[in-house]
Parts: sequence; C-alpha cells; structure tokens
Amino acid sequence: MKKTIFALAVTSVLAACSSTPPETTSAPVAEKTAAAPAHAPMAAEQPAVKPMLYPPKGVGGALGERSIYYDFDKYAIRDQYKPVVDAHGAFLLSHPASKVILQGNCDERGSREYNLGLGQRRADSVRKVLAAKGVKDSQMETISFGKEKPRNPGHNEKAWAENRRTDIVYQGE
Amino acid sequence: MKNSVLRCLAAFLFLTALSSRAEITLEIVTEGSHQIPIAVLPFANDGAGDKAISPIVSADLVRSGLFSAVDTSDVNPAPADIEGVHWDVWHERHADYVVVGNVVQLPNGHLEARFRLLDATNQMARVNQAFEGSPEQYRMIAHHIADAIFESITGDKGMFSTRIAYITKQGNVRSLKVADSDGFNEQAMLTTSEPIISPRWSPDGKRMAYVTFELRRPMVVVQTLATGARKIVANFKGSNSAPAWSPDGRQLAVVLTKDGHSQIYLINADGSGPPRRLLSSGGIDTEPVFSPDGQTLYFTSDRDGGPQIYRVALNSPDAPQRLTFGSTYAVSPRLSPDGKLLTYVQRDEGEFHVMLMDLATGQTQAMTNTSLDESPTFAPNGKYILYSTEMQGRGILAIVSTDGRIRQKLTTHTGDVYEPVWGPLQ
Repeated sequence: MKKTIFALAVTSVLAACSSTPPETTSAPVAEKTAAAPAHAPMAAEQPAVKPMLYPPKGVGGALGERSIYYDFDKYAIRDQYKPVVDAHGAFLLSHPASKVILQGNCDERGSREYNLGLGQRRADSVRKVLAAKGVKDSQMETISFGKEKPRNPGHNEKAWAENRRTDIVYQGE
Repeated sequence: MKNSVLRCLAAFLFLTALSSRAEITLEIVTEGSHQIPIAVLPFANDGAGDKAISPIVSADLVRSGLFSAVDTSDVNPAPADIEGVHWDVWHERHADYVVVGNVVQLPNGHLEARFRLLDATNQMARVNQAFEGSPEQYRMIAHHIADAIFESITGDKGMFSTRIAYITKQGNVRSLKVADSDGFNEQAMLTTSEPIISPRWSPDGKRMAYVTFELRRPMVVVQTLATGARKIVANFKGSNSAPAWSPDGRQLAVVLTKDGHSQIYLINADGSGPPRRLLSSGGIDTEPVFSPDGQTLYFTSDRDGGPQIYRVALNSPDAPQRLTFGSTYAVSPRLSPDGKLLTYVQRDEGEFHVMLMDLATGQTQAMTNTSLDESPTFAPNGKYILYSTEMQGRGILAIVSTDGRIRQKLTTHTGDVYEPVWGPLQ
C-alpha cells in the first residue's frame, strides 16, 4: 500500500514538472503504457458486480449537488446547504466502500496562508457533520486549496461567491 | 528517495531557466520629495552599450527615489579620477555629488571597477572603493557601487545588490523565481502546474523555504539556491505551510494541520526530528514570523473571531497580545529588520491595504490606495515595503517607501506575479 502511494507521488511530481521541459514528458508516459496491459486482462476476467462508489451521473436533488458555498471569511454551513451534506452523508453510510475528498476553497481576497487555513476549516466543517451522521473517518479525506485553484478566475462578487466553497469529490469518479 | 527525485528535477529546471534580461519592468513614481542631484560620469574604459557599469549605478540611485540624475552624456573623455573633473560644469548643473570611476580587466579575466564619490561643495572624495567580479557580473558590480554611494550619503544600507523572489503564473504554469532587485537576472527555481506559495529566504540568503502542492497537498520544501537541491522538511498528515526561518537559520516555524486545524509548530530546518507545537488555540493560527532576536513570534489568528495579528514571547506562549484593532480582518504580519515596524494587510470597507504600524507607539497608517494588496515584505534596509496587488485584473508587484513618498510598480509582460519576498543583504 505504502509503495503504491509512493509511486503515485513520484508520477505526480514528474507530471507536474514535465510541463516545462518537453524532453521529460516521454518517460512517464512510456511507463504508464507498459504497465497498462498487466492490469487490463484482470479487469476483464472479473466482470462481477461492483459496489457503487459515487452517486450516478444525472442524479437530481441534493445528492446531485457537489458544492457547499460560504460567506466571506466564514466556514459555517449555511442552512440551504445542509440538505446537500445530509444527502451525501446518507449515500456514504449506505455505500461503505465509497470515499470522498472534501476540498476547501476560498476567494482571492486576503492572505494566501490564512485562506489555506480557512479552506481547511471549510472542508473540516463538512467532515464533522458527516462524521456526526456516522460516516467512517476512513471514508473521508480533507484538503485545502486555499485561494490557489479558483473555479471562476474573475475579480468580482460573483466570482468570489463561486470560489468560496467545499467540493465533495468521490474517489474513482 | 522522494527527495532525490525532487532534487534532480529541480537542478535541471534551475539550469534551463538562466536568463539575464529583465522579465519584470519597473515604473517609478516619486511624490513631492526633494531629490539629491548626483552626476554619475561615464567610467573610463567602461563596457559598451548596456554592458556599461556607470549608467546602471545612476539608474539604481534614481530608482531609490532619493536621487535625481544630472545629465552627463556630453562628458568626453571620462575622467578616471578627481583631477579630471570640471567643477564649474557640475556646479552649473547643480550637482551635489559627482561620481567618477574606471574599469580595468584583471589578469584573471575579472573586471575591477574603482570609483570615487565626490562632494561637489568642497570638491573632496568621500568614498574611494573598488569592486571586482567576472565580466558577466557587471550589473552586480554596479549595484555594489550604488549601495556604497547610497550608504555614504543617506546613512542607510543600500539594497541595490539584494535579490527578490516571487511567484509567476501563466495559465496553470507557476514558477518560483529569483531576480536582482531591479528585475534583471531572473531565474526560475521551480516550475510546476501546481500551486506554490510562501517563499521565504533563509537568513543567509542561500536557501529558500516554500510551500508546494506538487505532491497534491501542501508541503514545506527547502531548496538550496546554488545547487537547486530540494528537501521536503514538513510532510505531515494534512496541510504543511507558512514556513518562517528562525534568525539563526536552524529552525522553521511552520503551520500544520496534523492535529486538526492550522496551528504553529517548530521544526528543524533540515526536517530532522519531530515537530514541537508552539501555540494552542481553538482558531486558525498561521503566518508566523520571528522577531530579529528570535524571542518573540508574530502571527495571524482568528481566535477572537476574525483574523487579527498577535505577538507572543516564546518563553510564555500562553499569553499572546493582540496588536491589531482597526478592522475585522488583519493578516500577513512582517517585521522590519530592526523589529520596530510591523507591516500587514488590513481590510477596510471591502478593500485590502498594506498597513504600517510603529510598534513603540501603536500608530498605524495605510500605505496604499489599491484594493487587493497581499504579502508585504520589508527591504533589508527597512526603508521600503514590497507587496503584491492587482491592477487591471492582473497580479503585479509594487514598492512603497516607509515614508510613503516613493512608489514603484513592477509588472510582467503577461500573467500574474505574486508572493514577493525581499532577500537579505549579501
């Protein structure tokens, strides 16, 4: 398990760096294609029913929502988003194999480090509600991107409102 | 192992990124202050065109906002010493000071530039000094000469030979860059598609600590500038960020979420040993910075509601003192090198301004009229504050003198530039 994580980590570094020197892009790609055939037949041999790992595409209602939005410098979940957290809590409880990463984000105003802390609080606030509903710790991971990955690159109230959020991202989706 | 991968990639990027052109452009506005007229004469045997040392010296002094350049373009031949100076000309042009110099090529191929700073009033030399460097270092030789002139006349250390670091972003490509303080000799230390934040020079200027998301979550890395070698020094569960060097360069205060929300810990700068928690609060504690004597920590915390700036004596960590009261949002504290001034960012009526506080009196003043200021950092002589802000939808760098009279803008050709940090005196 540890080894897998390490391999992933290294690939991500290579991928991250390879955008600059084009010469290095070939290596990780080659590794990937070489590795692929080893796994493909295994998957083909086991067409067994797999547990659903994430809500199906196009599902409506609160379960179809994946983002919780916040006021400036706040991490409390507003009433209108409680049904969203509840719906995902219910899904996670009934699908113990599924896992989520809760990604906290902030708008571009203020300090990058404080926003990193605030994004963490936003992600943690969702995690706490889910945990209180009985969702296992092992099903949840939190990360903050602070203000570093804005969904809307604008510099106005609309963009800021869109960027102050926690995203519920299902693994494998 | 992880570190060795990072190391070789970083070294490669470092070598490919060498460039001697100015990538950021300077624009200077000086507001209503008297400037000292100085005539920097062409140096005898100086380099040709943009390799000439004396025009760089003159440009540096003008850039400080404290000097105005007296026209010397008609001086021919250039006097190498005080004997050849036509004092009547410089009196007529109202020069308070005259600089003469000459450049010689040493047997080892290096350049030696000797200069004299002359006081025009009594026609005497104040400084007689020489700097040596390789021919490629002609700009740095000029910056050292300008530093010596600046210090002799103003009594403050010059900062022309210092370097700045900042982050650029074009599309999804982020680079951590180091450049001379005039924007020349820009070099990329790291280029990645993931966020980079919070670069911090080690006190000796040889290493840089920063936060990178390359491994998908924030970790603190220390990179040696000369070799490009990198080492992950904080990679605990959760988020690792906000490095601050202790004054002796041996330790880093960092912000970790390994025990829950963002709290401040102390680690060894080489990443060895376990982290030691410095403070405990129910809120976000972040952006630590040490006082120059290393005894006090300044930091941002929302323990009382919104973020405010606090300080705490490290020998009594349970009694922090709140310093900011003027706003519901005060962040990013940085101290002047003498520890007497505090700069930070405050939110007022929806706008974020760089602030300056005199720690002895508690008096504060807003230093800018832009609205999205971030990351203020003092020049190593304490006379200027470098910060990032937004102009026409793009991130740019700006400088304001601590007396508020001199303003400079540093812009890139495209994309955003942010998280500036001024390096130490060399």
